Amino acid sequence: MKRAFIVSIRMAFVTLLVTGVVYPLVVTGIAAVAFPRQAAGSLIERDGKIVGSTLIGQAFSSDRYFHPRPSAADYDGTASGPSNLGPTSKRLAGDVSTRVDEVVEANPGASKSAVPVDLVTASASGLDPHVSPASAKLQVARVASARGLTAEQVLGLVEEHTEGRQLGLLGEPRVNVLELNIALDEFGK
Amino acid sequence: MPVNDVAYFIVYFVLLVAAAVPLGIYMKRVFEGERTFAHPVLEPVERVVYRVTGVDPEGDMSWTGYAAALLAFTMACFVVLFALLRLQGFLPLNAGGVPGMTTALAFNTAVSFVTNTNWQAYAGEASASYLTQMLGLTWQNFVSAAVGISVAVAFARGLTRSVCRGIGNFWVDLVRSLLYVLIPISLVLALVLVSQGVIQNVSPFTSVTTLEGASQTIAQGPVASQEAIKELGTNGGGFFNANSAHPYENPSPLTNFLETFAILVIPAGLTMMFGKMAGNMRQGWVLLAAMFVLFAVGLTAIYGLERAGNPNLARAGADISAAADRPGGNMEGKEVRFGQAGTALFENATTAASCGAVTASHDSMTPLAGGMTMLNIALGEVIFGGVGAGLYGMLIFAILSVFIAGLMVGRTPEYLGKKIGPTDMKLAMLAILALEAGILVIAGISAVTPSAVASVLNAGPHGLTEILYAATSAVGNNGSAFGGLSANTTFYNVALGIGMLIGRYLFIVPVLGIAGSMACKKVAPPTSGTFPTDGPLFTGLLIGVIVIVGALTFFPVYALGPIVEQFMMNAGTLF
Repeated sequence: MKRAFIVSIRMAFVTLLVTGVVYPLVVTGIAAVAFPRQAAGSLIERDGKIVGSTLIGQAFSSDRYFHPRPSAADYDGTASGPSNLGPTSKRLAGDVSTRVDEVVEANPGASKSAVPVDLVTASASGLDPHVSPASAKLQVARVASARGLTAEQVLGLVEEHTEGRQLGLLGEPRVNVLELNIALDEFGK
Repeated sequence: MPVNDVAYFIVYFVLLVAAAVPLGIYMKRVFEGERTFAHPVLEPVERVVYRVTGVDPEGDMSWTGYAAALLAFTMACFVVLFALLRLQGFLPLNAGGVPGMTTALAFNTAVSFVTNTNWQAYAGEASASYLTQMLGLTWQNFVSAAVGISVAVAFARGLTRSVCRGIGNFWVDLVRSLLYVLIPISLVLALVLVSQGVIQNVSPFTSVTTLEGASQTIAQGPVASQEAIKELGTNGGGFFNANSAHPYENPSPLTNFLETFAILVIPAGLTMMFGKMAGNMRQGWVLLAAMFVLFAVGLTAIYGLERAGNPNLARAGADISAAADRPGGNMEGKEVRFGQAGTALFENATTAASCGAVTASHDSMTPLAGGMTMLNIALGEVIFGGVGAGLYGMLIFAILSVFIAGLMVGRTPEYLGKKIGPTDMKLAMLAILALEAGILVIAGISAVTPSAVASVLNAGPHGLTEILYAATSAVGNNGSAFGGLSANTTFYNVALGIGMLIGRYLFIVPVLGIAGSMACKKVAPPTSGTFPTDGPLFTGLLIGVIVIVGALTFFPVYALGPIVEQFMMNAGTLF
C-alpha cells in the first residue's frame, strides 16, 4: 500500500508534466507558427486598431448597422452564456414578444409572426456572430434607408456575406453580422 | 426531415463505425502488449515513464491491488488539483486576475475533474486562470479519461481471460491509454481545431473598440489543447462558461462535427476492442448495436422536438418555421451556425456519452427534449457512455441481461462461457443501485432543502427538472447542466461532489471486483442450452433491460418534471 502511494505521487507529477505542460505548450508552439491568426483569436484590424473578432459577436443598435441576435451576456467577451430561461418561462415569452414588436417597429415591411425566431431569441454563447440570412434580409430596408443606399445595393452585400453550409453539408447558411457591417462602412469608399 | 439533416446524421455514423473498427483493433493490440505502428516512437517514452515513476511493468495485479492503485492515484491527483485551485490567485499565468476558489468550490471542482465528470459550478473565463486550465484541468481531462479506459480494459480482461492471473497492471494501462491513445489523437485534433479558429494562446484579454465606438473585452487562453481532450476523453468541462457553444471553443460547423465525432469515437472503438479481446467480434457488435439503437431513439426525439420548436415563442410573434434561409424551431439558447441538426446530434452525444460539453442551453430546450438528455444520463451512461465507463457500464447490463435470461429458462447464467455467480450478481446490482439511488436521494434531499430550492431559476415543473438534472449529471459523471440552477453554493458543491464520488467509485470498485472474480473462472464450451450473447436476440434483450430498469426507476419523477411541462407548454401555461 505504501508503495502504491509513492508510485501514485510520482505518476501524478509525471502525467502532470506531460499532459499539463508539454502537451499544451507543443500545441501553442505549433499553432503560433502554423495558424497565427486563428490562434490569436481571428482578430480584425482597421486603421491599426482592433475592431473585433470575426468569431465573436458585437452589439449593434444604430439603424445604420445590421443588428445581431439578442445576447444574455450583452456581448461581453468575458462573460459568455445563455439566458437559461425554460420553455414555459413567462419572462422568455415576454422578452420574445417585446423583441418582436421592436423588430417590427424598426424595420419597414416586417410584420408580426414573420420575424425569424433566431432574431428574437438569445444564443447559447451570448456571442453568436451570425444571424440567419432571413434575419439579415429583414433588416435590409432599414439599413438602406439610414445610409441612403438602395435596397439592391445592401441586399447585394448581404448575399455576398451569406455563407453556405460548410462542405455543402455541415451547419446552416448564415451571415456574419460584424463582417457585413464592416463591408457596409467600406461600401463606396 | 430535410434531406440535408438526414445526410448529416448518416455521414456521422458511417464515419464513426469506419473509425471505431481500426481504433478498437489498435487498442486491443496496445493493451495486450502487442506491437503496433506507434511502438517505435512511443515505446522508448513508455519505458522512461516506468523508470522515473518506479513502476514494474511486468506482472499483473489482483483486482484489489488494481483498485488500490487506482484509488491511491486518484487521491494524489485530487490533492494536487485542490491545492492548485485554492492557490491560483498567487500563481503566474493569470491574465484575468482571478482569485483562488473557495474551499467548497475547489472541493467540488477537484472531485469533478478527477472523476471525469467536469461539472462546473464556476464560469471558466471568470474563475480559472490559464495556469489552472492547462496544468490542472487539461491534466485531469487526460488522466481521468485514462483511468476510465484502464478500468474498461481490466474488466474486459477479467471477462475474457482463461488463465487466473489477475486483471492487468493499472500503471501500465494508465500510461498506455495516455501515450498510445489520448495524447496523439488530441494533438492532431487540437491543431485541426486551431486551423478552424479555436484559439490557443496565453495572451492577455483583448480590448476592442467596436464599430459603434463601445468597448468590448474578449477573453483569450490556451483553449484548443483542452478542447480536443475535453471531447475525446468525454470530459466536457468548458474553457469558457458557454462551453462548446462559445465561438472560440467551437467556431464552425466543421469543428462542431469533429467535436461531436471525438465524443463517441473512443467509446465506440472500445466495443470493438472488447469483441477482439473476446475472440469474437460479434460480441462487440451486439453491444455497439444496442448503443446505436438507444442513441437513434434519443437523437430522433431531441431533433424532432427542437425542430418543432416552442409554441409559446410562436404565440409571442416569432416565426418558428424552418426554411432554406433560416433554421427555425427552438432557437433560444442555440447558435445559428450549428442549426437544429448539428445541435441535436451534439446534445444527444454529449449526454449519451458522459461528456457533458454543450453547444446549446439544455435549460432552454423544450421539456421532453431536455428530459431526453437527462434520461440519456440516467440510463447509466451506457449509450456509448464515457471513455471506458460506457463499456464497463454496458457490460454490467450485459451481465444483468444474461442473469435475467437465465432465470427465464432456469439455467445458470453464463457470459462468454463463464458462469455468473451470486457474488458477481450482487456486485453488478450494487453498481446499478448506487447510481440510481444516488441520483434520486440527492435530488430528493435538494428538493426539500430551502437553500437548494432557492438556487432554481425557472418556476413550475421546470424548476424540479433543474434540480433533478443536477443530481443526475453529477452521479452519472456527465457534467452538463440545466445552467439556470445557481450551483455554486455550499450545499450543491458538497452534495454534488459526494454524488460524483458515488457515481464513479461505487461503480468502478464493484466492476473491478467482478473482473477479479470472473478472471479465475473456467471457460465452459457452449452447449445447446447456452444462451448466445452474440446475436440480435441478445441486443434486443439488453436494450429491454436497460430501458426497463431506467424507466421503472425514473418514470414517477419525470412525470412531475419534463412530461407534465410538455403538456403545459403546448397548452400555453407560463410560470
